[in-house]
Amino acid sequence: MRRILIMGATSAIAEATAREFALLGDALMLVGRNAERLQAIAEDLKLRGAKQAETYVLDAREMMAYPKLLDETSLRLGGLDTALIAHGTLSDQALCETSIETMLNEFRVNGVSAMVLCAELANRFEAQGHGTIAVISSVAGDRGRQSNYVYGSAKAAVTTFTSGLRQRLYNKGVRVVTIKPGFVDTPMTASFKKGPLWASPASVGKVIARGMILGKPVIYVPWFWRGIMSIIKLVPEFVFQRLRI
Amino acid sequence: MNQPGTAWGRLPGAPQRLVALTDRFQALPDEPSLLTFGNGRSYGDVGRNDGGTLLIGRGLDRFIGFDPATGRLECEAGVLLSEIIDLVLPSGWFPPVTPGTRFVTVGGAIANDVHGKNHHRAGSFGNHILEFELLRSDGQILRCSRDQNPDWFAATVGGLGLTGLIRRATLQLKRVPGPWIRGDSQRFANLKAFFAITAASDGDYEYTVAWLDCSATGANLGRGIFIRGNHAPATEAPPSGRVLRMPITPPISLVNSLSLRAFNTLYYHRPAAQVNQALWHYRPFFYPLDGILEWNRMYGPSGFYQYQCVLPTEGAIDILSEMLGRIGRSGLGSFLLVLKTFGAVPSLGMLSFPRPGATLALDFPNRGAETLALLNTLDDLTRAAGGAVYPAKDARMSAASFQSYFPAWRGFSRYVDPKFSSSFWRRVTGDVA
Ligand SMILES: Cc1cc2nc3c(=O)[nH]c(=O)nc-3n(C[C@H](O)[C@H](O)[C@H](O)COP(=O)(O)OP(=O)(O)OC[C@H]3O[C@@H](n4cnc5c(N)ncnc54)[C@H](O)[C@@H]3O)c2cc1C
Ligand SMILES: NC(=O)c1ccc[n+]([C@@H]2O[C@H](COP(=O)([O-])OP(=O)(O)OC[C@H]3O[C@@H](n4cnc5c(N)ncnc54)[C@H](OP(=O)(O)O)[C@@H]3O)[C@@H](O)[C@H]2O)c1
Repeated sequence: MRRILIMGATSAIAEATAREFALLGDALMLVGRNAERLQAIAEDLKLRGAKQAETYVLDAREMMAYPKLLDETSLRLGGLDTALIAHGTLSDQALCETSIETMLNEFRVNGVSAMVLCAELANRFEAQGHGTIAVISSVAGDRGRQSNYVYGSAKAAVTTFTSGLRQRLYNKGVRVVTIKPGFVDTPMTASFKKGPLWASPASVGKVIARGMILGKPVIYVPWFWRGIMSIIKLVPEFVFQRLRI
Repeated sequence: MNQPGTAWGRLPGAPQRLVALTDRFQALPDEPSLLTFGNGRSYGDVGRNDGGTLLIGRGLDRFIGFDPATGRLECEAGVLLSEIIDLVLPSGWFPPVTPGTRFVTVGGAIANDVHGKNHHRAGSFGNHILEFELLRSDGQILRCSRDQNPDWFAATVGGLGLTGLIRRATLQLKRVPGPWIRGDSQRFANLKAFFAITAASDGDYEYTVAWLDCSATGANLGRGIFIRGNHAPATEAPPSGRVLRMPITPPISLVNSLSLRAFNTLYYHRPAAQVNQALWHYRPFFYPLDGILEWNRMYGPSGFYQYQCVLPTEGAIDILSEMLGRIGRSGLGSFLLVLKTFGAVPSLGMLSFPRPGATLALDFPNRGAETLALLNTLDDLTRAAGGAVYPAKDARMSAASFQSYFPAWRGFSRYVDPKFSSSFWRRVTGDVA
């Protein structure tokens, strides 16, 4: 049985992933901002087989509260060995371009908070000699594009940070998993027009859970995004700068 | 993925604004015209709101409570029957009523008061709903059951999604010994034989249904295959070591009259059509088409219609023969028709479709005016017989037909939420709001 912390547990992708762990009878700590929704998800996960489903209300930007969160989680679950960091917001790029406050906030939500939580978990898992830390980054972090480079660069920071952390912890029995979803049909993307590249949270959740259990380093989900992004990364900058994508 | 907002028949329509529902605590968006979209398994426009807003109800997909001792299940209204089966079958429970696809939401099953192969025993879905919660656009929350707000209960069961958003529901599941169905399938030569087998089977078999060969003419008119079964304990070994995997999968193919005739004859005569002792897994038994995901796309970009009507048993043979003749001569129908009888258990909804009699259903690829003209002549027959056409399958019945099939519609309309409407409702009431 795993003892799993999920930050941003009301996210559609996180909830779908949690259902996979519930089926396996794991114990879960669900962290998010909305108490009532967390409670409903916890009840559901218990019915689906979770050994335990606890809730904890916290805004991910309250980073100084992380040590207390992790203490409390270990106490209530009787330990902690797995974490999924899933919270995020799809930044309003235009607003970020004109508002310093918005841009900083987007970095705090999508970048800094995830890295701080990773750092805090890393020290604890390193000390106990085992654990898995999974973070949802994004294909948007693989290359900056004019339509969302604030969100993208915050995710790029998470990708780079987890890559370094993975090396550091490799010989310490701790796995670090960087998850890069492509287009997923969730509330975050409700207003987008959907096409054949879009995946459902349920299918993405299955892949994420399996990748976490296996301790895979980097998961592109769906898988074909690995190919798409490797081509996009190959386009030379002098060409890329002219593209309207 | 089935694109949210597209109905099963894939007939074209005007754009709709999609709003995702994520949880049962969310307020309704402030939009002038609302309708909930379940899982898009209705064929026509009961789940469409052309030019208006669609609330994507599948996001309400959490279980709230399940008691394995009593079989009471409470869940959000966007949970699929398939998800319920996965959760409850291991502890020996099953949906009390299930349509021919398991990919329908609880909300959609209530709103169309759907029926299954056990209608003659169990009635329709609404008969097993203990309670649900309805959210109105003015923010009012109504708990509805047969005792509490009974008029709202009766309006919402079979209420085509028009009375507001169903957020959660409690249903009474049915005890079963496991995932197996034991029964048999047999050929019958004509409609008279169908009714005779039905009469002989309804007492002993919980599930009955027949497939009819629409290409058969003359002496073969009305021939088909009758399938019946009961839940069977898991401990019973499969008969003579044989487990039938897909014996009742209908042959789906593009419809043209040549392949149609050949197919049907093969289907009717293939050895598996006559099986004395069969043990089916529940999936091929109840959901033969669910294995072929998105088979509805096979009808091409112009989409298709399904026609399902119910006819009073008295005189049904004559009217069915007349309908079969017309469909056969037109060459416009598909090759398989589903035929079943409804029993006497009264439906609880003001606009519920099931009522005692024989119900038939079949697909028509959209060939434009020709197809519509044929369906209108079928409507004339249904109306003359005092029958009704199923709104969940419909995209074309006239306002006059609807109003004669569902005379309670006027009383029902008092319960329609002022902000809720559908393309179907505007069409059949002539309401342009
Ligand atoms: C292969 C196949 C076989 C079928 N077999 C049968 C059968 O044997 N018997 C039968 O009765 N039907 C059958 N049907 C039809 C199907 O069962 C119904 O159309 C069902 O209502 C579809 O449910 P849905 O969740 O897809 O809802 P949708 O089709 O998306 O919506 C149906 C109606 O429910 C309303 N609705 C959905 N959710 C809510 C909610 N939360 N609150 C309020 N209103 C809501 C919608 O507004 C709409 O009016 C079949 C369909 C297919 C594709
Ligand atoms: N959907 C995609 O196409 C896609 C693609 C690539 C990557 N991703 C990433 O996948 C992750 C999950 O997103 P999703 O698609 O599942 O969208 P989602 O359902 O909208 O989930 C986002 C979640 O983040 C939470 N959140 C936002 N700000 C928070 C904060 N300050 N503190 C705590 N929680 C906060 C939200 O909680 P509230 O409900 O309280 O707002 C919400 O539950 C995100 O990291 C996203 O960047 C998504």
